[in-house]
Amino acid sequence: MQGRRTATRAGYLVCHDCRLLTPIDVAAEHAHCSCPRCGSSLHLRKPDSLARTWALTLTAYILYIPANLLPIMTVKMSGRGEADTILSGVKALIVGGMWPLALVVFFASITVPVLKLLALTGLLLSVQFKSKWRPRERTVVYRLTELIGRWSMIDIFVITILVALVQMGSLSTIDAGPGAVAFAGVVVITMFAAMSFDPRLIWDNIENQPMKEKE
Amino acid sequence: MHEIQNNAEALIACIDCDQLYSKPLLRKGEKALCINCGAVLCERKRGGIDLSLALALTCLILLLLANVFPLLRMSIAGIVQEGSLMTGIVEMYKQGYWEISALVFIVTILAPMARALLLLYVLIPMRFNRLAPRAAQVFRLLESLSPWAMTEVFMLGILVAVVKMADLAALQPGVALYSFAALMLFVAATDASLDVDNIWEKIGAECDAG
Repeated sequence: MQGRRTATRAGYLVCHDCRLLTPIDVAAEHAHCSCPRCGSSLHLRKPDSLARTWALTLTAYILYIPANLLPIMTVKMSGRGEADTILSGVKALIVGGMWPLALVVFFASITVPVLKLLALTGLLLSVQFKSKWRPRERTVVYRLTELIGRWSMIDIFVITILVALVQMGSLSTIDAGPGAVAFAGVVVITMFAAMSFDPRLIWDNIENQPMKEKE
Repeated sequence: MHEIQNNAEALIACIDCDQLYSKPLLRKGEKALCINCGAVLCERKRGGIDLSLALALTCLILLLLANVFPLLRMSIAGIVQEGSLMTGIVEMYKQGYWEISALVFIVTILAPMARALLLLYVLIPMRFNRLAPRAAQVFRLLESLSPWAMTEVFMLGILVAVVKMADLAALQPGVALYSFAALMLFVAATDASLDVDNIWEKIGAECDAG
């Protein structure tokens, strides 16, 4: 691992948008150090990656509490209202015998966000403590984290569709609840958190200061 | 460690682990993976610009259908009610949840629509060996939109909603539901056919020439 050929060591900046390699000295000549091909700003690593990812991940943890405690929607049938949280919604599906559906909702609304938060925390801690443990597997975990986050949006979409359908007012209504806002916040913020994390930091720790390129 | 003398054009780096390679020569349909971390380094797609163009155009038409027509028709005790995606977004806004309303609008309508339109903007001139003005910026924008275009997730959302409501009311699928189902497939096909590396190379070549 010590003598791995990396773009950084060879003195190149990699554009994160179009993947063009630009020699560091050439990039410095361009205004704001931007990619000569696509205009995106060039960095050796994503800027303030750890600080930003930590901030977003911690925010998501905090939002995750109201997301689970507050009702995500209220179903009113002939006057009687029933507020559903994420978990009680899943329970209602199981009680109603719709367990395949319960499984889908449980996976999308509970498993995915929890796994995502745990994965981000684990990745952050491992980079923070300069862990040398299984860099390849950690990189794969990162890619999965980026990939699965969007599926948590299912519950938000279901609420929107139900609200669209049931708006007769007199007979029955379905209202969204504040928990849904918090939950949507968790999904969006963890997506930004995954985007701001730079998996190359995992590898930097293994190679002891790859930045020591001749100035 | 040797100093790498090749010019940047002939090199490619893994964006997940920074491993540097000489750019591999790929045949159509092949992709190169990073030995170090397994990420996709580069890819050459089979279809070509014509196919991507046709698919993007199809996506645009389906998106219009999916938003003009009702998604579901529901009847409870003789009262028939039709709902479209836009009804939900508007109703959500009326209930005071503008955040959800805006988010759903962005990920189900705005981002997929912008992606299809911007793709046509880049690909149509490219088909005739020209480059649209600011093609690089536009292509960068449309690529950065892709995590926010969630058509396939929305489709699963529709299915969950339908099953949930099936006990309470008689549901009939509307034109938009079929459109969304088809859209999901065509979005996937567009992404699979779109040769991103090749398009960047073409944009880069024009930049150098001009």
